[in-house]
Amino acid sequence: MSSLGGALLALAFLTAVSAAVLALLGRRGDRRRIDLSRRAVYALCALLTACVAIIEAAFLGDDFSFELVQGHSSIETPTFYKLAAMWSSQEGSLLLWAWVLSIAAAAALYVTRDRLRELVPWATAVMAGVGAFFTGLMLFAPGVNPFSSLSPAPADGVGLNPLLQHPSMMMHPPMLYSGYVAFTVPFAFAVGALVTRRLDAQWIRATRRFALVAWAFLGVGLLLGARWSYTELGWGGYWAWDPVENAALMPWLTGTAFLHSIMVQEKRGMLKVWNVSLIVATFALSLLGTFLVRSGVLQSIHAFGDSTVGPYILGLIATVVIGSAALIVSRLDDLRSRRRIDSLASREAVFLVNNLLLVGMTAVVFWGTFFPLISELATGTKASLAAPWFDRYTTPLAILLVLFTGIGPLLAWRRVTWAAARRVFRAPLAVAAATLLALVLFTDVPEHPWALAMFTLAAFALAGLAQEFQLGVAARRRLVGGGVASNLAFLVTRNRRRYGGYIVHAGVVVLLVGVAASSSFQTNRDLELRPGEAATVAGRQVTYVRPWVDVDRQKFTFGAVLRVAEDGKELVLRPSRRYYRPTGGGPGTIASFFDGEATSEVGLRAGALADLWTAVEPDISPVRRAARAADAAFAACVRGDAGTPRQCRALGALMLGARDNPALRATALRQIERLQSLAAERVARSYLRAGGAATFRVIVDPLVTWMWIGGLIAVAGALLALWPGRPRRRGALVRTEADARKEAKYREIRDAELDHAAGKLSDEDFALVDAELRREAIELLDEVEGRREGDRAEDGGGAAAGDGEGAEAGEPTAVGARPPRRG
Amino acid sequence: MDPQRKRTIRLVVALSTAVVLAVALVYTSFSASTEAKEPSQVLAAAPGTTYEMTGRVVKGSIRKHGDGISFEVVDRDGKGGRLPVTYSGAVPDPFRGGREIILTGQVRGGTFVGEPDTLVTKCPSKFTKQKDV
Repeated sequence: MSSLGGALLALAFLTAVSAAVLALLGRRGDRRRIDLSRRAVYALCALLTACVAIIEAAFLGDDFSFELVQGHSSIETPTFYKLAAMWSSQEGSLLLWAWVLSIAAAAALYVTRDRLRELVPWATAVMAGVGAFFTGLMLFAPGVNPFSSLSPAPADGVGLNPLLQHPSMMMHPPMLYSGYVAFTVPFAFAVGALVTRRLDAQWIRATRRFALVAWAFLGVGLLLGARWSYTELGWGGYWAWDPVENAALMPWLTGTAFLHSIMVQEKRGMLKVWNVSLIVATFALSLLGTFLVRSGVLQSIHAFGDSTVGPYILGLIATVVIGSAALIVSRLDDLRSRRRIDSLASREAVFLVNNLLLVGMTAVVFWGTFFPLISELATGTKASLAAPWFDRYTTPLAILLVLFTGIGPLLAWRRVTWAAARRVFRAPLAVAAATLLALVLFTDVPEHPWALAMFTLAAFALAGLAQEFQLGVAARRRLVGGGVASNLAFLVTRNRRRYGGYIVHAGVVVLLVGVAASSSFQTNRDLELRPGEAATVAGRQVTYVRPWVDVDRQKFTFGAVLRVAEDGKELVLRPSRRYYRPTGGGPGTIASFFDGEATSEVGLRAGALADLWTAVEPDISPVRRAARAADAAFAACVRGDAGTPRQCRALGALMLGARDNPALRATALRQIERLQSLAAERVARSYLRAGGAATFRVIVDPLVTWMWIGGLIAVAGALLALWPGRPRRRGALVRTEADARKEAKYREIRDAELDHAAGKLSDEDFALVDAELRREAIELLDEVEGRREGDRAEDGGGAAAGDGEGAEAGEPTAVGARPPRRG
Repeated sequence: MDPQRKRTIRLVVALSTAVVLAVALVYTSFSASTEAKEPSQVLAAAPGTTYEMTGRVVKGSIRKHGDGISFEVVDRDGKGGRLPVTYSGAVPDPFRGGREIILTGQVRGGTFVGEPDTLVTKCPSKFTKQKDV
């Protein structure tokens, strides 16, 4: 099977290369070649899917003739983790990269198959080129071919590191990779737009969804990583400014900026240079993240096998950055926009500010992450920056971001009149003032001014968002009547992008409140306790009731029963620590368990107000002594030393016999394991006999739960914004670029109506804006009608639905008011 | 004020702010950073300065005392003299003999004293096979 996989991978490489070549040959509009190149990308996707299926089948079927399977799985690895083991390896993660890229590229080309004829060949060439790079890397770079085989096949594999055996392993890496990879699509279309000088918003409309998907995946990946670290690895931390964490955060930050600034280009035709630069930066940072994990350049908690692929990826990053920069500079004249920002009190101005904040934050993280290299270049000594340095800059930037997150939705596009501003700012400011007053009077939050600022501004932002929903619903009820719930549902489903975005904002604000609270008000204690002893942590009485042990074939577990009394209530937590049998090979000594991997299972009680987090580090020195004694006794028994029991001598004879007679081996192994498991239980109990002294880490983390809840809210908002529209009537398809432009124009009209209904646009401003938008919409309608009749004559009309969203054609209204009339 | 002039002023203000912030960033990063050294360099360095030490824990050297542990580290390539280390507080899951660690601290009386909560143990290479088992 591995040779078949290798052949398919080679075929995938050739397919990717030919897709790129065909696309370039078809750049002058040769329909046949463009179609062929698109189909080649579909084929690439099919081939890589087959490659992944072969690898996964090999993992499931314990086919240890695959070096990859032998090195990262074993017969005893649970099935769930066999499926996830692929991306625990260098070569498997490269295959995942290429596979996800082929899916994203195929999807992007499918939805644009009848649009953007000039741009698509170049975008295809870029995506297929990146695909060829990664498939080629697996084929030609030494030691990273996922299909390299072992002959003869070993009987068992090394197994998957127990540290990686956590449910997050299934989702965390694929989510991050999908996020990194999906940014290839908007990047590729941006390159296409630059090359063909088609620099209006069409490349943005075609790829906005992919950018949003990439952003959401990256965000979920980051959250899962933080959660994993919180419950498993990090001793209670969810973020450590570790280089690899930073590497994933940076494209997420620039991606966030991109999602905002493209709206300015879509609506106002501005920020063109900024947008192409942002997407180039985002894609380059995604590649940088891929590179950092594999290069050994920076010191990090994450695995850095000094591997061979680092320089190649660095080469690709250099090509991307230099090539794109040259392309942007050569197109500067075409990128200049005719319009200027009308007023600093407008939504586009706030978007610009939030973009600068996000890019500033990225710059801080970038500088801090690469500081060891920078300082070595500048001073000759390697020096690094710790978390407090990062916090010093990112905290105020995050607070300012929350402030502008609050202001942005309150302002209309183009300009805001003083009276309108007063109307919409009144309630959120009142809520913020009330929050500030309450926090100052009734809590000790003012001891941490940053946290105080964050909470106050978060209240401001959340109140503003709530007001957006309330004003929209109220405006619609005035027009058509009906209940709050039905009107809310209508508004949200009709304006998914707008309200989905608001929900994302609310989620991120809630998340940041959780971060601010848990980092400012955390209580963190290390306690040395014996059973029966107690300590007080942040007003909670923590009593070590008793130790407990568990032992099975794979691991020893030493745990503690903790009783916690808070506010008259009692709860029980059972943190433990597991010591795993070293992976690979048959039964070793019992002592070897304590040289293998160990993991902490935390005792966690999550609460709306605070989490109580406990971990135990048992004093296992008596257990080690007992294990060594048991191993020695076993050796003596098998040797048949004087005074050993009869069954020992029998086992010794059996083992001697098994050395010459393979048929006896299985019986001998079973005997050894039976004896060892008896001995292991005695060894485990020695922990109880020795008293079970242990070190505990107890953390009281206020509001940290809201970090996870905020993350979930943001994901839900992103899903809402991404959710495709209702199935359309025939003949109302978003197939062509003109259709997409029409949809975008309708959305603008709806937005302006909502802003007017919510009091953000004054009557005069609204009349001007609305008239202009409607005139543009009607011009577009005429264009679409003309095009469609032409198309019908040509090929008999359209077929499948595209990726548009929002209202059906001819019904652009946000709150159910009049449709645009001709004339 | 004519709009062109207003834009120029805005641009100058924005750029100067950016430059000031960037200078602050660069300045503080050099003053706040901790020099990174390997154990053999720490042995040769002056005591009393805080370093970020990256080394490999010598197998079998870990001892537990009252509220902390002591162990020895060598350079990442396994060469150089052994540097004795003490550390108190909770130890990360992957910590054990043979692993690479990063620890911030300073030399006192010939021993590298780690600051609490600065011990980072590298994940046992996710991307390299475990050859030592």
